[in-house]
Amino acid sequence: MIDPNSKVLLEVRDLHATVDGTEILKGVDFTVKSGEIHAIMGLNGSGKSTFAKVLAGHPAYEMTQGTVRLDGQDLSSLAPEERARAGVFLAFQYPIEIPGVANDQFLRLAYNTVQAQHGKEELDPLEFDDFVREKMKQLEMKPDFLDRSVNEGFSGGEKKRNEILQMALLEPRLAILDETDSGLDIDALKIVANGVNRLANKDNAIVLVTHYQRLLDYIVPDYVHVMEAGRIIKTSGKELALALETHGYDWLHSEAGRALGTQL
Amino acid sequence: MSAALQHLVNQPYKHGFVTNIESDVAPKGLNEDVIRLISSKKNEPEWLLAFRLEAYQRWLDMTEPTWQNVKHPKIDFQAISYYSAPKPKKKLASMDEVDPELLRTFEKLGVPMHERAALAWVAVDVIFDSVSVATTYKEKLAEVGIIFCSISEAVQHHPELVKQYLGTVVPPGDNFYAALNSAVFTDGSFCYIPKGVKCPMDLSTYFRINTQESGQFERTLIIAEEGASVSYLEGCTAPQFDTNQLHAAVVELVALDNADIKYSTVQNWYAGDENGVGGIYNFVTKRGLAKGRNSRISWTQVETGSAITWKYPSCILRGENSVGEFYSVAVTNHHQQADTGTKMIHIGRNTRSTIVSKGISAGQSNSSYRGLVRIAPTATNARNYSQCDSMLIGSQCGAHTFPYIQVQNNSAQVEHEASTSKIGEDQLFYFAQRGIDAEEAVSMIINGFCKEVFQQLPLEFAVEATKLLSFKLEGSVG
Repeated sequence: MIDPNSKVLLEVRDLHATVDGTEILKGVDFTVKSGEIHAIMGLNGSGKSTFAKVLAGHPAYEMTQGTVRLDGQDLSSLAPEERARAGVFLAFQYPIEIPGVANDQFLRLAYNTVQAQHGKEELDPLEFDDFVREKMKQLEMKPDFLDRSVNEGFSGGEKKRNEILQMALLEPRLAILDETDSGLDIDALKIVANGVNRLANKDNAIVLVTHYQRLLDYIVPDYVHVMEAGRIIKTSGKELALALETHGYDWLHSEAGRALGTQL
Repeated sequence: MSAALQHLVNQPYKHGFVTNIESDVAPKGLNEDVIRLISSKKNEPEWLLAFRLEAYQRWLDMTEPTWQNVKHPKIDFQAISYYSAPKPKKKLASMDEVDPELLRTFEKLGVPMHERAALAWVAVDVIFDSVSVATTYKEKLAEVGIIFCSISEAVQHHPELVKQYLGTVVPPGDNFYAALNSAVFTDGSFCYIPKGVKCPMDLSTYFRINTQESGQFERTLIIAEEGASVSYLEGCTAPQFDTNQLHAAVVELVALDNADIKYSTVQNWYAGDENGVGGIYNFVTKRGLAKGRNSRISWTQVETGSAITWKYPSCILRGENSVGEFYSVAVTNHHQQADTGTKMIHIGRNTRSTIVSKGISAGQSNSSYRGLVRIAPTATNARNYSQCDSMLIGSQCGAHTFPYIQVQNNSAQVEHEASTSKIGEDQLFYFAQRGIDAEEAVSMIINGFCKEVFQQLPLEFAVEATKLLSFKLEGSVG
């Protein structure tokens, strides 16, 4: 929801980043205010997923220029775990399997770490069990999921639901959902989208990184951005996503596209 | 390997100090005179000297094994001192008279030598270099007929038992290092559980190598009579020297009808520095004979130390319905090498064995599982289940599995499963993204990986092992 009085949550200026010496992000400017939902769209290789990982501090990417601030705090000097504790959450496109580590243990450790950071009460295993089961119901997850190893042998849909469950537990300031719709059938997509909508409020913000309009039917963005060659080349309202769906990305470069784009 | 991983596996060894104590050390080198010297120092009967000399003759005809997947310079057996004992200030009448320097050493290592201050219900035999310096709870155990003492003492006070069983499970000519041990062993623990007695407390031996040029050759013998049961723990540390020291022990277990022996080891010998200089060569022969019907022998080991580990705690399942178990975690880091596993020899009918082996390699280390499952023609309806999992931390280490399966009875069921996994940057990033730092992440992954083995350890040992592993791998993750 757009509110002119809300505060800036995330501010990215002229962000450049490289992986193995190759520059992928070439000057990204991006501002998110509290309470807003943003979608970042673009073709494969445009830099969307890289942008998501750089915000979370993935060690394979090097930030070479620019600034990233969350609530005014410089993120670039923070380790990934410190960013997470400060409220940056990344729902992974491909959540990794961690054999031997039980999901309930993992979730509780993550939850308590973030609680401790905010000076809030940590939960013991029994308390946590009640707490997490309630959250799981909302995402229609089976109870046996807690005893299984983290993401091990999970279907694509189960992995994505696990990501949203973690988001529900950690209540981040800024949630970045990287291609959360990929690999989901329509029923799972609705469950996940409902989960996300339930978590959106006036104090946090959500950034959806996606290929397709489909997800945006269920999670309606306030802004849609198009990324190309490591920059955000276009920002507009939710209509932009529909136009891209109909006309494709090439259309942005055509006369008609530019004209239509201005109208939007 | 990323910096956080690097940092996590690179913690210094904390047991690396040397105790300044006056020792009685035999001149370096090995010959019949040295063996006679050891035997006379220990006031041994003639038959034991003969046992040693025969082993020595066998050893002279043997060559070092080279089939194991480890590399080390040739060992000069003449450069080792085969006997080193702390000089007692006077004859010991009780624990209170143990040299305070020694007491402080073991206190520092966390080994309880004072019964009143001791860990509840664990009796400890403490071995410093070549000799046993103290055994706790001896009288208490004697009340139920249990003999728990150093093997030197057993030779003096219970020679008939020692003579009856010594070398029956690991014969003097069994292998190169067992032959060497049989010739020069200086001390070790002896434990006898009489018929029908369930040992009321865990028994434990703590080994400490202190002298730089000495080897440690201890000999442990545990006998559980019909219906007896015992849980035995073994811990080891050594100071930090830049030369390699040899530790060639022999452990023999005998379980009669319905007897149960559980033997747990947490091995943390000095492993050498991060460049592979120094450290213990841990060349050990451990074997249990499940001699009686329904007997059970269970080995659990957590191997974290030593420059080289070469050991295969084994079970000979002779009794009908006897059971053998082997649960192992072997961690190698830096330039450590481990070639470890087990042998399950099924001879009796309906014998069963379980092998669970977990290898963790970090740094430039190399870890191999080597295991033999042999089903003899007589072992009708024998069953074995083996599971060998390896975990790699970083990209410069190695993990190998060498399973040998020999089945000579077609009623046997033998299963073998193996897996290899890796702690990668992306796993650590996943944890980090949820607020969990690399150290906690690695400890969680490793403990999850080792869970099945740790569950087998007595509680205090399990806690110790978990801590030791986290400590050992601190700095390896980056």
